[in-house]
Amino acid sequence: MLFNAPSPLEVKILTRRLGLPNSASIETNLANGGYKSFEKSLEMTQDQIIQEVKDSNLRGRGGAGFPTGMKWGFLPRQSPKPKYIVVNADESEPGTCKDRVLIENDPHLLIEGCLIAAQAVGAKAGYIYVRGEYRYLIDILDKAIGEAYSRGYLGKNILGRGVDFDLYTHTGAGAYECGEESALLESLEGKRGQPRIRPPFPAVAGLYQCPTVLNNVETYCAVPSIIEMGGKAWAGLGIPKAGGTKLTCLTGHVNKTGVYELPLGFPVEKMINEVGGGIRGGKKMKAFIPGGSSCPVLTGEEAWPLTMDYDSMAKAGTMLGSGGVIIMDETTDMVKAALRIMHFYAHESCGWCIPCREGTAWLKKLLTRLNQGVGTAKDVDLVGDLADNMLGKTFCPLGDAAALPTASIVRKFRHEFEAKLARTLIAVPDMANKPFVIV
Amino acid sequence: MTFSPELEAKLEKLMNSYPPGRKKSALIPMLMFTQDEVGSITPELVEEVARRIGIPTVQVDEVVTYYSMLHRKPMGKHHVQVCTNISCLLWDGDELYEHACKKLGIGHKEVTADGEFSLEEVECMGACSWAPAIQVNYDFHHHVTKEKLDEIIDSLKKLR
Ligand SMILES: Cc1cc2nc3c(=O)[nH]c(=O)nc-3n(C[C@H](O)[C@H](O)[C@H](O)COP(=O)(O)O)c2cc1C
Ligand code: SF4
Ligand code: FES
Repeated sequence: MLFNAPSPLEVKILTRRLGLPNSASIETNLANGGYKSFEKSLEMTQDQIIQEVKDSNLRGRGGAGFPTGMKWGFLPRQSPKPKYIVVNADESEPGTCKDRVLIENDPHLLIEGCLIAAQAVGAKAGYIYVRGEYRYLIDILDKAIGEAYSRGYLGKNILGRGVDFDLYTHTGAGAYECGEESALLESLEGKRGQPRIRPPFPAVAGLYQCPTVLNNVETYCAVPSIIEMGGKAWAGLGIPKAGGTKLTCLTGHVNKTGVYELPLGFPVEKMINEVGGGIRGGKKMKAFIPGGSSCPVLTGEEAWPLTMDYDSMAKAGTMLGSGGVIIMDETTDMVKAALRIMHFYAHESCGWCIPCREGTAWLKKLLTRLNQGVGTAKDVDLVGDLADNMLGKTFCPLGDAAALPTASIVRKFRHEFEAKLARTLIAVPDMANKPFVIV
Repeated sequence: MTFSPELEAKLEKLMNSYPPGRKKSALIPMLMFTQDEVGSITPELVEEVARRIGIPTVQVDEVVTYYSMLHRKPMGKHHVQVCTNISCLLWDGDELYEHACKKLGIGHKEVTADGEFSLEEVECMGACSWAPAIQVNYDFHHHVTKEKLDEIIDSLKKLR
């Protein structure tokens, strides 16, 4: 089911079958070009498939933006150990709700992407790691996988071509940190989701210490169209250095919130005003987050002239991230927003390294104080200092993800923190382990 | 412990999803699926899962304490989860959660006296573009207003 109307400005490549009757069924999929790219890939060598993906300039859609073709090229050609395909369907970066749309409406696209990836690296089994809250998607995927087995697209001797590939779903159980690739692998092995020391990277020692391709759902879903169109043509959908289209989740204060497939390099202004129907209530945009709450925050003025791609966002001091666009209008209380974001990271810190575990807890405490109007000017400085001191000092990027938005909000909206400072000093209760909303 | 035939079939499929010698991979899914039927992670369930997978119970306990969807205390028959994370907050998810507290007369992670409902303020659930969002057990509801929340809860009450 689609939860929002499509926009005429979309370029529908990955989402082209969305909205067809029974789009999740294998009949609809096959009647509309499904598995054709996989069949084409059976005629290609491993190097040819990887080269097309390299030519497409596809970069990982999970948030980090690593070039996908290069990642696949890191797997050893000859390996005494089995190789694995792992799909990151943990989707839990606040602001992001796109993988869900793809899986719900076209699960066979993901299966086809996994099959092509498996062909490219010589993997015989794959796991789709789905966040625990998305149980209904596991049912949809299991049904689709069953259909693919019965039609001979999965299992032994696929399509009579001597290729074997088995695909399984695997549920998570509620932990943001398990979206981080090495923590995900730990979780998939039945352990707590604590990240691993790298190198070695998953391409060399991933699942069960075997060579593993690990990508986001949308990344795999892009592969069939790359094989169909050819890498160079697919790259041409976007801009140089950032190929193709990206599913973009418009969230927050826009009129037409929703998930839209837009070419890379799409102008922010057009995205908000034309695709999104403008800021809610005709208000001004105060703040903009391009791709999930882990990205540094931009002011409205900074964001309007930009385009939605890796380089444009990097030049502006932030990141394209996961595609979860968060738009805040002039009525937004930035202190409260900073606190809500920190509340999340403090809750999700796996507790392994001290700067992250203690830093997020302290920041949450300070921000709570400031938000309640009982903080001091020193607290504002301390928030900035603490956040700066966490940067680059943690084991996995969650520490940075907590520090970056906070540091940018304090720097860019300091006046809002100052406006809330205490007039008289009073003690504040300890807020650790309390929910965000105190009733 | 024995489970329903449907769950037993599901667990058998699960145990066959991993390569030989990698049975421990089934641990978290097994806890999730069995918790759905048993209602919570009881000490007997921990022992049963440990036995089926062939690991010490301490390795099960380690995992149970880590994952937020695994809980040792029974939740209500209808577990109402309200997202107050940033995209939902911008559509007044915090007020929606407060309203849910009043409507049900309970707070975060509490259960109503009749065991019918429990409430939890949760983190982003992947419905950000259709905020504010709630989940009742595994069912999503989008663009939830206070009135819509009342309707959802009232219709579940009628189910009894
Ligand atoms: C704390 C944290 C959470 C993450 N969560 C996700 C996630 O939910 N989904 C995802 O695809 N990638 C997530 N990532 C990124 C993964 O580590 C990894 O880069 C990605 O899955 C690789 O696939 P890609 O190259 O196709 O993007 C997360 C990273 C960190 C540090
Ligand atoms: S940065 Fe945070 S989440 Fe990452 S390993 Fe350290 S404590 Fe765990
Ligand atoms: S922020 Fe509420 S569902 Fe994502």
